[in-house]
Amino acid sequence: MGEDAESPKINHTFLRDYVTEADVISTVEFNQTGDLLATGDKGGRVVIFQRETEVSLQSVFSSLSALGSRKVNQRRWARQGTLGSTMSTAHKTIKLWKVSERDKRPEGYNLKDEEGRLKDISTITSLQVPVLKPTDLMVEVRPRRVFANGHTYHVNSISVNSDGETYLSADDLRINMWHLGITDRSFNIVDIKPANMEDLTEVITAAEFHPHHCHLFVYSSSKGTLRLCDMRASALCDKHTKLFEEPEDPGNRSFFSEIISSVSDVKFSHSGRYLLTRDYLTAKVWDINMDKGPVETFQVHEYLRSKLCSLYENDCIFDKFECVWNSSDSVIMTGAYNSFFRMFDRETGRGVTLEAWRESSKPRAVLRTRRVYTGGKRRRGDVGVDSLDFTKKILHMAWHPSENIIAIAATNNLYIFQDRVNPETQAQ
Amino acid sequence: MEVNIEARRILAVSISKLYASRTQRGGLRLHRSLLLSLVMRSARDIYHSSRESEVPSGAQSAPEEPMDTSSNPGEQTRLPEAQTEPQPVLNSTETAPEEPDNTEDGCDSEIIEDKENLSPAKQSRKRRGKASAAPDFLPSKRARLEPGEERYEVPLGSCRAGESLTTLHTPPFRSKGLRRRMVQPSASLACCH
Repeated sequence: MGEDAESPKINHTFLRDYVTEADVISTVEFNQTGDLLATGDKGGRVVIFQRETEVSLQSVFSSLSALGSRKVNQRRWARQGTLGSTMSTAHKTIKLWKVSERDKRPEGYNLKDEEGRLKDISTITSLQVPVLKPTDLMVEVRPRRVFANGHTYHVNSISVNSDGETYLSADDLRINMWHLGITDRSFNIVDIKPANMEDLTEVITAAEFHPHHCHLFVYSSSKGTLRLCDMRASALCDKHTKLFEEPEDPGNRSFFSEIISSVSDVKFSHSGRYLLTRDYLTAKVWDINMDKGPVETFQVHEYLRSKLCSLYENDCIFDKFECVWNSSDSVIMTGAYNSFFRMFDRETGRGVTLEAWRESSKPRAVLRTRRVYTGGKRRRGDVGVDSLDFTKKILHMAWHPSENIIAIAATNNLYIFQDRVNPETQAQ
Repeated sequence: MEVNIEARRILAVSISKLYASRTQRGGLRLHRSLLLSLVMRSARDIYHSSRESEVPSGAQSAPEEPMDTSSNPGEQTRLPEAQTEPQPVLNSTETAPEEPDNTEDGCDSEIIEDKENLSPAKQSRKRRGKASAAPDFLPSKRARLEPGEERYEVPLGSCRAGESLTTLHTPPFRSKGLRRRMVQPSASLACCH
């Protein structure tokens, strides 16, 4: 990610013109208050954006490449620290970073000169007391804790608990619970590894704590099931409290039925009453009181169902899309291909397709809706299914906790959109 | 048949993906390997059931034990606990999609060595099959099938059938008429030429 601290506009131009693998954004998240936005990329860097005024976002470049070339899979904000702490996970290690603001810096070092170089001791003839001088507001991120060796497989999720003290981390076969302050110990709370790996039939794909109940968490599997677990029931939550599963539609059976039913993301609603899941072709809303099936199903890109074989060949069928709720849980959003992302209004059931693309997104321009042509009358601007660019995928996104501001990651670009008509979410 | 051709194609694609995933950076991905093996299983089962409906069962002799191992998704994706490069198992690379024998072998084959759950039977289990698509760099250790040849004599000493087949679970899809590569020692005389 580049730095362009001078620009007051919503800045897309800090992006480089070429895309390297390391620059691809792999995770996006707002903090609890929405003042900070964190992104992680495949190069292992974490960049925090700070909100300055109503319309602009100051970008802060923090090079946190201690992770080397490990992709940052997930990041979550915790509440500690001046501004908060952020957690990132790459492969099998989890790190806790402290984010703090600084608007002063010490000047007048005895042993270092202005550039920070060590002075020759023989040149020092007097001592001075360093003083704090005001400086431009800076956000600093420092690594504070490393939670290593907790996982054998790649960590796919981390979720900070509502108690603010513990968090969970999930890999393909296990979920561990940690205390934010203790790095050398974790509790295994779910273990689905079979005694014989040949018997393996499903893996864990995502996990999240309930937003209010610190004893509840949910995890999704590659078979399309969700399991709600209550940590009060037992120390090891292998036995779920509730299993959410939708019976398969036999009419839709194909070679790829298992792949497309694998849940790529699960999110609790802010109310805690609903779950949002994303599988390859749909987004589903589940009521935690009803485990027989979802209460709402939204078709994200049903036109791809006949193309599954090609999508399998080009590996797109393995793409893991995220999904998010808006702050009032009335709208859900998820990504698609061709730089498109979809928003669904739960009340009306209607969906809209929007595009995150530099050419059509000048600052302050209104996003226009897009359409994929699937038959019938073709309108101007419709995109044919075969013209979709499958390399432009919107996998990661975030919705501001209280306002209608969204952050969309498109390859190495970060787009931030704001609803000017309804900036504050209407309370329901 | 359409389904047949598509199933074979999917099998071929899956095998090449599994093979490619072994050499990628970051090690094997369990989830992806599992999904690949599930697709391969569906394709293989559909392929065999469609072939059965085509070919009269006369040519296929007594219902022999299918390769149960292949129907277990976990079987094909035995992943090392450590993220080290697994030993290449030869038969995984045999994929001449035109040869029915081959695709059956290809998807059945044990592709990845699981260091944690290794058992002697699996370690040395041999697969027979045509090697036309095998890359040169892999040493060729097993007999090659001549085109058209369906069965071959297996020296009794190398058969692990008894051990390996009994330890496995019954697959949900059980195809009949699969030609068995490994021969039960007790039945070998009846089956081999």
